[in-house]
Amino acid sequence: MKAQTTAPTLTVRSLINRDNNIVQLLVMTVLIFAVMTALSPDKFLRYYNFESITYIFPELGLLSIAMMIAMLTGGIDLSVVGVANLSGILAGVLFHKMAGAAGIADTGILVVLLGAVVALGTGLVAGTVNGLLITRLGITPILATLGTGQVFTGLAIVLTGGPAIVGFPTAWAFLGNGKIAGLATPFVLFAAIAALIAFILTRTAFGINLMLIGTNPKAALFAGLKRERMVLHSYMLTGVLASVAGIILSGRTNAAKSDYGNSYLLQAVLIAVLGGTNPAGGKGSVLGITIAVVALMLLSSGFQILRFSNHLIDFIWGGFLLLVIVINAYKNRTR
Amino acid sequence: MALLRRSEMVIAGILLLAMVLIGTINPAFWQLDNLFSLMRSNVIIGIMAMGVLLVLISGGIDVSFPAFAVAAMYLTVKGMLLIGYNGVVLPLLAATAIGLLCGAVNGFFVYKFRMIPLIVTLGTSAMVRGFLLGVVGTSMININKMPTALIDFARTDVVSVTKADGSTYGLTAMVLIYVGLALAMHLMLRYTMIGRSAYALGGDPEAARRAGFDLRKTIFFIYCVAGALAGFAGLLHSGMIWLANPRDFVGFELDVIAAVVLGGASIFGGRGTVLGTMLGVFMLVMVKNSLIIMKVDTTWQLVAVGLIVIIATALSAWRDRRQPA
Repeated sequence: MKAQTTAPTLTVRSLINRDNNIVQLLVMTVLIFAVMTALSPDKFLRYYNFESITYIFPELGLLSIAMMIAMLTGGIDLSVVGVANLSGILAGVLFHKMAGAAGIADTGILVVLLGAVVALGTGLVAGTVNGLLITRLGITPILATLGTGQVFTGLAIVLTGGPAIVGFPTAWAFLGNGKIAGLATPFVLFAAIAALIAFILTRTAFGINLMLIGTNPKAALFAGLKRERMVLHSYMLTGVLASVAGIILSGRTNAAKSDYGNSYLLQAVLIAVLGGTNPAGGKGSVLGITIAVVALMLLSSGFQILRFSNHLIDFIWGGFLLLVIVINAYKNRTR
Repeated sequence: MALLRRSEMVIAGILLLAMVLIGTINPAFWQLDNLFSLMRSNVIIGIMAMGVLLVLISGGIDVSFPAFAVAAMYLTVKGMLLIGYNGVVLPLLAATAIGLLCGAVNGFFVYKFRMIPLIVTLGTSAMVRGFLLGVVGTSMININKMPTALIDFARTDVVSVTKADGSTYGLTAMVLIYVGLALAMHLMLRYTMIGRSAYALGGDPEAARRAGFDLRKTIFFIYCVAGALAGFAGLLHSGMIWLANPRDFVGFELDVIAAVVLGGASIFGGRGTVLGTMLGVFMLVMVKNSLIIMKVDTTWQLVAVGLIVIIATALSAWRDRRQPA
């Protein structure tokens, strides 16, 4: 009885809360934008700057969405960067093996499609391994994905021997560098995937079940939800998203390497937390992640324009993460 | 208690089996200088493992200690060069203090904001490394500039043997420091209130609180000790390899966590022993070294360590699910 009466009010309240969070994120984004504009108006406000952001942020955005999905059930996925690199490298190895006399750049569209299948398949298999380790063997997500992340990165090193695989087909590079109707392809891809994930999380039984499992695992169990299968599927989805990020990354840089994007792991966690995801589970939205990633990209491009070193930017990311923790703690306290 | 002893026996048994196996494949394994160098490789990872053991027992996790170690090492050596000081005890104390301070930040965030330790330590780790490389410097301090006292200290041998061809090799005295710290950790975990409170916290935080443990004190203590041990080990490491590299210890957290989990510490908290951890450290170091002796390509090392983590955590999860502590 009680559940029936509280359920609707709860959703209304969480909606308001979510909107609050989104409003705060938007305010923060505008603030960052204003400060950076004030600091170096001539360089920051150039069209080129914003255009380059639309090429760079999708891969990080996808990794952050992947991280958020893992966090929805109270887990985490530390292997996303490893999965992304391994996907790009496996596709690269395939292209180099299948390249005809015309060279890699002119590889046929069928081979490129095959490469995409291989890359996405890698993500799916990797995610399945993570999910099975977590649900069947009962390993905590942190340690399971820490271990598998190392194995994926290790396999990437074994495949390449260390150096980068350089040279991808033109059609592949289009995914990372091209333009669709004047917009960056990665941006279009990101928008489509983000919309799809948002739909899955808020409008399908799967997404709602995930939220319920994260909010109250015991209640979800008594409600008859198939927890193990849901969690397994969520890690499979996480793996596939990571491999899409890998495809875009290798397409954009025309190369794939075992240690690309190392700092993405921290940033993905930071963006997920900043975007309103509760690492203990049950809360998170694609919209929040999207705004958070855009805000951080504006911040990072501003710092680069101001000639901060990459190390210093890492320092600021770390500090930002701790700051967000403090702010979230105070926000939850007043509620 | 008998149960714990049994799981250590299992680890020791596997270790012996692995040693016999590796020794059969390559008899060079049993040579005294190889064994000595194995023990030497145990020291740094072992000291750090003591801190990680404490964190894991309390149900937390720490991925920031390699960053603290490298910061303590680099800052101390840089400071020594700056003021022209050449000694051992004070620098080691300074490095320990730097690690302790960093650890206190972890403790503060974990306790005060009830944040998942992984996320906190990811943040502090990035901050410390970023600060070190972005503000302090990126250049290595080589043997020609390294303080001689540190090198001489780390060079001390307990036993030294002269080979037929006149070259000598020995067992480094640093092993004694490692064993001493391990013993102290063992006594602390077993006989002091603060040690027991770490187990209590890892077993069930709410129960520990109601039983009257001061969780604030416990959490601060745990992360401070983990940081302090990392700082100490960091400086010792630079003395042993005659080099202070501000980019050192990258990816080290996985090796250490792997070793601790391999040593039977529960990934759910509440269980773990010093002896088991020492065996786990030895096993991990041995496997990594033996990959080289057995002529396995070094590119496979990462895969091997990753698989060890997965297998060890799977076993730990399986054991703890069957016999809830």
